[in-house]
Amino acid sequence: MWSTLLLALREIRRNVLRSFLTMLGIVIGVAAVITMVTLGKGATQAIADQVSSLGSNLLIVRPGQRLGPGATSAAPPFKMADVVAIQEQVSLVRSIAPTVARGMTIVAGARNWSTTVTGSTNAWLSTGSWQLAAGREFSDAEERGGQAVCIIGETVRRELFGGQDPLGLSIRVKGFSCEVIGLLVSKGQSAFGSDQDDTLVMPLKTAQRRITGSQDISALRISVQDEAAIDQAKRQITLLLRERRNITDNEDDNFSVLDTRQITETLSSTTKVMTTLLGAVAAVSLLVGGIGIMNIMLVSVTERTREIGIRLAIGALEREVLLQFLIEAVVLSSLGGIIGIGLATAASIGLAAVMQLPYLFDPAINVLSFLFSAAIGVIFGYFPARRAAQLDPIDALRHE
Amino acid sequence: MNADQTPLIEFSQVTKFYGRGTAGFQALRGVDLSIAAGDFVAIMGPSGSGKSTAMNILGCLDIPSSGSYLFQGVPVEQLDRNQRALLRRTYLGFVFQGFNLLARTTAQENVELPLLYRGEKRGARHQAAQAALKSVGLEGFAHHTPAELSGGQQQRVAIARAIVTRPQVLLADEPTGNLDSQTSNEIMQLLTELNHELGITVVMVTHEPDMAEYARRVIHFRDGRVERLQHNGGRD
Repeated sequence: MWSTLLLALREIRRNVLRSFLTMLGIVIGVAAVITMVTLGKGATQAIADQVSSLGSNLLIVRPGQRLGPGATSAAPPFKMADVVAIQEQVSLVRSIAPTVARGMTIVAGARNWSTTVTGSTNAWLSTGSWQLAAGREFSDAEERGGQAVCIIGETVRRELFGGQDPLGLSIRVKGFSCEVIGLLVSKGQSAFGSDQDDTLVMPLKTAQRRITGSQDISALRISVQDEAAIDQAKRQITLLLRERRNITDNEDDNFSVLDTRQITETLSSTTKVMTTLLGAVAAVSLLVGGIGIMNIMLVSVTERTREIGIRLAIGALEREVLLQFLIEAVVLSSLGGIIGIGLATAASIGLAAVMQLPYLFDPAINVLSFLFSAAIGVIFGYFPARRAAQLDPIDALRHE
Repeated sequence: MNADQTPLIEFSQVTKFYGRGTAGFQALRGVDLSIAAGDFVAIMGPSGSGKSTAMNILGCLDIPSSGSYLFQGVPVEQLDRNQRALLRRTYLGFVFQGFNLLARTTAQENVELPLLYRGEKRGARHQAAQAALKSVGLEGFAHHTPAELSGGQQQRVAIARAIVTRPQVLLADEPTGNLDSQTSNEIMQLLTELNHELGITVVMVTHEPDMAEYARRVIHFRDGRVERLQHNGGRD
């Protein structure tokens, strides 16, 4: 067995170029499969990371049912009393941030910028996993009194103030001036492609009084005590809100409770489908590589007919000749597999860097690809090897 | 000498028919012959006389269409492919006209090849190959490939490969066919030595009467039959 292996290696070394070309199909196939799967995993991970940067235990409650992109059924907004009720009656809730939001143009000095202005409480920061890069949160007095202060995101700072330190400066929002008291740590693009840093937050009361002009609350961001209890919290909140909104048993909810896990799942399922599809295409190239090996092995058997004749005449058994050629094919294909794994590792690291995805080494897919390439050697090497083993020694010796 | 009554090789009414029906070809038409252990036999005959066919059957590479071939009393025609391969690797050594060495493979490795199939250990293979190369006068050529050796040297490597397993019979098919006369005589002397000193039975096909002179007996084939037997008193 060992000597047969050495024999096969010698045979491969004897014809380096041809051996390499034979392996190329497997190399490319394995490299493609592993790269696709690795990048797919990276993409899924990236989405999960970004969604969880919203807060993995976050629930978003909105009035109305989502009917599709941008469309919601008409439903009454929430009031502060709803917020208080949830806070008091659902023990699983850690913090709750009532929010109102408007897209509007804000001005500082000679510059203006269109952004989303949100009115909320300090809980908005914790529920959204925001950190302050500079400055401070709202004080109790500012929240209660609805004072004109705001915390801004990195994009707003850049667009309005350039290189300047924004703290203590003021921004004009819909006819009133608002002092910048805090700057958020940059989060970058969200998984949905929007710029999370393009934001301005002010106390809820300030926004209600000076922008929306009502006591309405358009959404609730709720962070739950424990990620594991998120489903239970969802049920309790749903029940409470149904009761408070006087929804009878046979009516549908006129509000929706969304958790970030659902968003993650929807997005990753898309990536998974893509990964599977691309992986399948790559697997086809592995198959083609296998056929390449069979082709070369058949040529090799014909070319080495006389050698096979000598071996048989000397007393090699059928299965010994079979084994020799089979091992040659397997060594070729698994060598291709190993080179493919190396190539895939390089390509995955490179592409992950270019595409700004995390590089996640997946041992399972590497081992699986290697075993698969070896299996291809067995499957596609068997037919040529059997042909070699079944040659008639007399004819084979006569072969020129 | 071996006083055993059973000859090493015994053909009785061996025929060989190739092909089918009228398109077929009757290569052997009832051959009787027997070769005792330790003999040195040359087989001669014009082309188409059946001597190569007889040689293939002798070497257990082929089986008779009818009749019987007893090798050491074993009916070869009843053995399957693998059993015949085992018989070849244990008792027979082959030398061919075209040398048939593995290209790009050293003399040492060529000679070790039959031992590899017999499952000999690395050390034992190495020693046996060295000894075999020495006995054919090729000490110091162990690491030459066939391309680096002359025809006579290649044939010596082939002979070393044939005898490395200490076979009962050495079957040589036109061993001097590709060699000049001086080298041919050297090879024949080597075969004679092996026959005398190691007691290996030698059966050789040739069409050169000079070479057949080295044998103790000559079997002449014609038209698929044994035409006559000739005893050489000569060169012993």
